[in-house]
Amino acid sequence: MKQPLVEGQLVGRSVSRREDPRLLTGRGRFVDDIALPGMLHAQFVRSTVAHGEITSVDLTAVREVPGVVAAFTADDLELADITAELGRPLSEFVPTAMPVLARDRVRYVGEPVAIVVARDAYAVEDGLEAAKVGYATLPPVTSEQTALAPGAPLVHEEATRNTLVDVSLFATDGIDEIFDAAACVVHVESRTGRQNALPLETRGVVAHWDDREEQLVLQTCTQVPHQVRTVASRCLRLDERAVRVVVPDMGGGFGQKCVVGREEIAAAAVALRLRRPVKWIEDRKDALSASFLAREQHYEVRAAFDADGRILGLDADVVCDMGAYSCYPFTAGIEPLMASAEMPGVYRVPAYRVRGRAVTTNKAPTAPYRGVSRPQYVMVVERLFERAARELGLDAVEIRRRNVITEFPYTGVNNITYDPGSYLESLNLCERLVKDEGWYEKRSAAAAEGRHIGIGYSCFSERTGYGSAAFAQRKMRVVPGFDISEVRMDTSGAVTVTTGTMSHGQSHETTMAQIVSDELGLDIGKVRLHQGDTERITYGWGTFASRSITVGGSAVRLAAAKLGEKLCRIAAARWDAARDDVELAGGGAHHRDGRVLTYEELADVAYLQAHLLPKDIEPGLSATATFDVFNDGTFSNATHGVVVELHENTGQVEILRYVCVEDCGVAINPQVVEGQCRGGIAQGIAGALFEQVTYDDQGEPSATSFMDYKVPTAHEIPDVLIHHLETPCAFTETGAKGAGEGGTIGAPAAVLNAVNDALRPTGVELDHTPITPETVHRALNLELSS
Amino acid sequence: MTESGNATDVLLLTLDVNGEQHEVITEPRRTLVDVLRHDLRLTGTHVGCEHGICGACTVLVDDRPTRACLMFAAQAEGARIRTVESLSDGPELSDLQRSFSEHHGLQCGFCTPGFLMLAEGFLAERPEATKDEIREVVASNLCRCTGYQTIVEAIDGCAVARRCPKEF
Repeated sequence: MKQPLVEGQLVGRSVSRREDPRLLTGRGRFVDDIALPGMLHAQFVRSTVAHGEITSVDLTAVREVPGVVAAFTADDLELADITAELGRPLSEFVPTAMPVLARDRVRYVGEPVAIVVARDAYAVEDGLEAAKVGYATLPPVTSEQTALAPGAPLVHEEATRNTLVDVSLFATDGIDEIFDAAACVVHVESRTGRQNALPLETRGVVAHWDDREEQLVLQTCTQVPHQVRTVASRCLRLDERAVRVVVPDMGGGFGQKCVVGREEIAAAAVALRLRRPVKWIEDRKDALSASFLAREQHYEVRAAFDADGRILGLDADVVCDMGAYSCYPFTAGIEPLMASAEMPGVYRVPAYRVRGRAVTTNKAPTAPYRGVSRPQYVMVVERLFERAARELGLDAVEIRRRNVITEFPYTGVNNITYDPGSYLESLNLCERLVKDEGWYEKRSAAAAEGRHIGIGYSCFSERTGYGSAAFAQRKMRVVPGFDISEVRMDTSGAVTVTTGTMSHGQSHETTMAQIVSDELGLDIGKVRLHQGDTERITYGWGTFASRSITVGGSAVRLAAAKLGEKLCRIAAARWDAARDDVELAGGGAHHRDGRVLTYEELADVAYLQAHLLPKDIEPGLSATATFDVFNDGTFSNATHGVVVELHENTGQVEILRYVCVEDCGVAINPQVVEGQCRGGIAQGIAGALFEQVTYDDQGEPSATSFMDYKVPTAHEIPDVLIHHLETPCAFTETGAKGAGEGGTIGAPAAVLNAVNDALRPTGVELDHTPITPETVHRALNLELSS
Repeated sequence: MTESGNATDVLLLTLDVNGEQHEVITEPRRTLVDVLRHDLRLTGTHVGCEHGICGACTVLVDDRPTRACLMFAAQAEGARIRTVESLSDGPELSDLQRSFSEHHGLQCGFCTPGFLMLAEGFLAERPEATKDEIREVVASNLCRCTGYQTIVEAIDGCAVARRCPKEF
């Protein structure tokens, strides 16, 4: 980390968002707002069966529907498949190809079989109704248990056990003996429901061929523009330079848009073939049933403790239901490998063994979703601590206090070195905030009245600065991690910054500008950010894993510092002074003797009077920098505390209080960090209590509208008290760690623990989410009848 | 002014949007939100679900917050329609818009026009609204980014400021 940023500058202040005016006035531009001359509208004929051979596709009647312009099958378009790979042996990873349109076989309800384009969005729907697709149905595999059963039908012939990933890691010597000898061994078997990341803006693309640039242009809502470019060029067999990906304003993503979707590639293929612009906007039904899903995991974990409540070991079996295909670029390994590598979390776990598997089923494929496996394994580990506390007669917070990592750097049994965090401090503070508000007394008073109030906590860290090294450990064939930034000053002394990250609500236009503004001593109004355009951005890995400020922001600061250095050298040369006598502030270069050259004056020399520059200084004012995290990453941490009341009559869980103590290092913009926390917590609560993608035994999705898929509203999501701690990060240029996912990670565990605390008199413990009114009702009725 | 009953028939509508009269030739089945967005190019109003739950398409129809995805454009003839584009006069944001920004009541901004129009209609009708009543109304629409708290605070902040204007 560089010198701390000077007090009074913009970093650390809740600067107003530069994104807001256009978004508040309806002048934002989202994908569906784009209209090009002659544009056609695309939708997909989608499989109505979960598993089957395609016996016929007849689009004759489709093509006769008024307004329909064309319709194509996989055979018509001849596109290369999308195949995501890990560099692991076949015993650990089985690569599977995902065709852009299904060719011979369908593997989930909603899988695209054909693409139809029409003159308007209504006619294309008419066209879809006329499609005739024949299927010879195969028995569907609709759960991880049926997928793993001997003799199960195979989703992919090459994955002989319906298993795409199977890794066994970190088997500490003597771990069985540790469990045998332990004073206390507890076990948790846990399932989490399948969820939809559910950005309010569904996926979509406008694709067209630009004759002048000789480029296929995809205006698409993606978190990973460069990766979409790579896949589009490979599927369409174009040079990568012949594809441009531009991301307009984006209505959320949460991970669902950090993988490459087959629909955007198919729409691009049609635009290329017809030489006409093609727009595809996913409707909500498709988004709920056929888009990338997430979260459905099954854990069997044992933990050994000594009599004092110190954890001695963890022994885990993790199975993730990845659905029908491995997503690009992350693969089906993303969830089991994340869980397996990071499960010990914030605790000193001396012995560890884990098996992580990804199984394939006839359900819509999964993608990373905000938190990626951490909401699940944190939930399981936190349940283990609660259970051990009960068995050993310890306080639920005290047992955590005895186990959290307090000395840094700490290298865990999982070979991860954690950078300094405030694990103990956040736990203590969170408990104190809950206590100070009197919730423990309120709990007792409620119990005396026969009401069911519970208090629950969760402690966790989240790896945010995943650099190339961390992803390489996972053995991804495509290794994300670094970021490149350019800072360019024009003759008016104003600056344009590029970043390879892609904001979809995280306020990068503001936070990145704050960083540059401070670094150059330049008014924030003079700084503008470019993101999401593969022609303007050298390369980028987009926005996921809370990497934008840690990695992208560091590259931005480095590039700004380089440009600043050049400005100092130009000023020094103009004054015939020593470089060290010059510093930048207040929109210009200052000599220690009081002379000032404004940026406008310096830029005038750099561009318009370059003959005045010394020979060793090139004309122009731009600088590029890359940044990567070469160690195991950066770790934000938090403790969440939640108070719930269970309602006997309805079985509903009401959240009475939510407290979050978070530490993401230097908060570039505290209001933005709080926004990320609150939004994440809402999504975590959604997973804990409400949302679930369900299927019947034939693999038919049964929650395909907001009537059935229960997204929480302002009624269900409470106000959240947020307290910041600040442990600056040594591994980033800004001292910041990421802040995007923590809320989602902490909420399910805290809510589940609070529910179990409220259920304590019943003797029933719940380990599955979502916690439905039915399960609560059943548990409370057990109490009433006992 | 319809012809006869097949899908290619069109209507000539006159719509009053943000105080301007617009003539639109359109199919009877076309929804109000599609006509606003794609025929009139007022793309500030968004489409989130097309079945009336998420509220991203909320506009004011005769001053009442209305789901523009659940209404045919033809049904809006003769009504006064207001969209998010009407909220600010020139480059200055309205007090409600400023309040959303000050409270960080938006992140990705996709649901925001719907919440703004919901709040605009509600506060006009209930300027004395309590924070609880505001939360009740905010629960009409879905937001996936903010966790709602800051939206409630933004609307409440605007309502309070309107009731007690600062003295200059």
